[in-house]
Amino acid sequence: MNCEEAIKLMDGYLDGELDPITNQAIEQHLRDCGRCDQAYKTHGSLIRAIGNATPYYKAPAGLRERIQSSLREEMAERPTHSVARDVQPLFSGRQPQPRTIPWETSWNWLALAAAVIFAAIIAWNLVPRLQRPGADQFLATQLIASHVRSLMANHLADVASSDQHTVKPWLDAKLDFAPAVVDLSQKGFPLIGGRLDYLDNRPVAALIYQRRKHFINLFVWPAGSDAARSTKTMTRQGYQLSHWIHSDLNYWAVSDINEKELQEFKQLFEEQIVPH
Amino acid sequence: MPRHDPNKIAMALPLKTADASQTEDLSDPKIVKFVVVKKREEQAKEEIMSFEQAMLPHLDAAHNLARWLLRNEQDAQDVVQEAYLRAFRSFSGFHGTNGRAWLLTIVRNTSYTLLKKNHAVDLTTNFDEEIHATGHDSVSPATILEHREDAQLIKEAMDELPAEFREILILRHQEGLSYKEIAGIAQIPSGTVMSRLARARARLKECLEARIGKEK
Repeated sequence: MNCEEAIKLMDGYLDGELDPITNQAIEQHLRDCGRCDQAYKTHGSLIRAIGNATPYYKAPAGLRERIQSSLREEMAERPTHSVARDVQPLFSGRQPQPRTIPWETSWNWLALAAAVIFAAIIAWNLVPRLQRPGADQFLATQLIASHVRSLMANHLADVASSDQHTVKPWLDAKLDFAPAVVDLSQKGFPLIGGRLDYLDNRPVAALIYQRRKHFINLFVWPAGSDAARSTKTMTRQGYQLSHWIHSDLNYWAVSDINEKELQEFKQLFEEQIVPH
Repeated sequence: MPRHDPNKIAMALPLKTADASQTEDLSDPKIVKFVVVKKREEQAKEEIMSFEQAMLPHLDAAHNLARWLLRNEQDAQDVVQEAYLRAFRSFSGFHGTNGRAWLLTIVRNTSYTLLKKNHAVDLTTNFDEEIHATGHDSVSPATILEHREDAQLIKEAMDELPAEFREILILRHQEGLSYKEIAGIAQIPSGTVMSRLARARARLKECLEARIGKEK
């Protein structure tokens, strides 16, 4: 390394931002070259002096409170001002205002009106969704918890068998309903076993299928009489949930495989159910 | 320390529900509106709290940077307040871990917006070299360092520098940020940080020398 290079890299060296090899090269050069070593020392003291003597302007008292209250104001105004917000000039207090007041007023009223209509539309559209999700969200939480628990402890299956004719009778004997158990090993979803679980205030059947290294918990229990024929998919905390109803039974599949694969699983499962 | 409780957030957010055929009765819209408002209030509270928890610890850093860039206390406070509002609006899009660098980027941009608005002419480094390079070679760095407790001297010398030099010196010397972080905040390539920092220090040294020279 020559002097020119060393001087050029001096700041990076002093800041500890060079790679180890360049670092070594500079150190070597500083040992060899007195002039550069002198430059290094004075530059180092200058850098320290800048760091030590430059005043640090701490935030004055009151600024924190000012910010906190402006955040709350912003939040309170959010629904009505969401449209007009970005048009507000920066530092309006101390800048000349080129816009005329009447225009601003009518603009704000328009924005307010638009926001009210928008909110009304949203509210009406939310009605059907808001009600179910209350129950659904709770159920989804339970389902995921159950799925996670089954993988956490050594308790994936009460009856570990890839044979549907072993799993089904075992479950039938423990439950007051007879869940369909199908073999999907040919389709890439081998059966791992069955388990009893407790969900939605009742004992349910859990069938465990595997997809590569992933597991699918398929929870089955009788659908209530009020249940609509509905099909749902959800994504929650990185888990895929798929729900369907078949022959008066609720099916909830939970897994960390992707949505497409879970839908494929659902489709294959339904195709394989043979009426008995 | 996690900023959010994922379960709480998950419960507060509407589910992504793709329902094929759901036919529910519409109930009283007033109740729905009430539920929506309540839910929104809760979310708002949580949003503000997690924002403040993440960003208020960097208030001093934000103020210091703005104060150095704008060289004016009132402007600095206005800019910091505005920057916090801007940060708050885009906080949902912030998933990084370096809250300070993220906030300082916004403070820096907000400061520049005001500087440009006020037609502050020091955005670029077209600085009159001749005035400041009039042979103060006689003043040794040691002389400068004798004055190193003189905060006022450094302040005046700093204030003479262009904004992009002040900014990089503050970020490095007062916030101790890495070149990479500085590159992100000042929006320059990482490779430029070292050379700009070197130029900024050299210029500051010149300004200091000039001031010490005048005092004599």
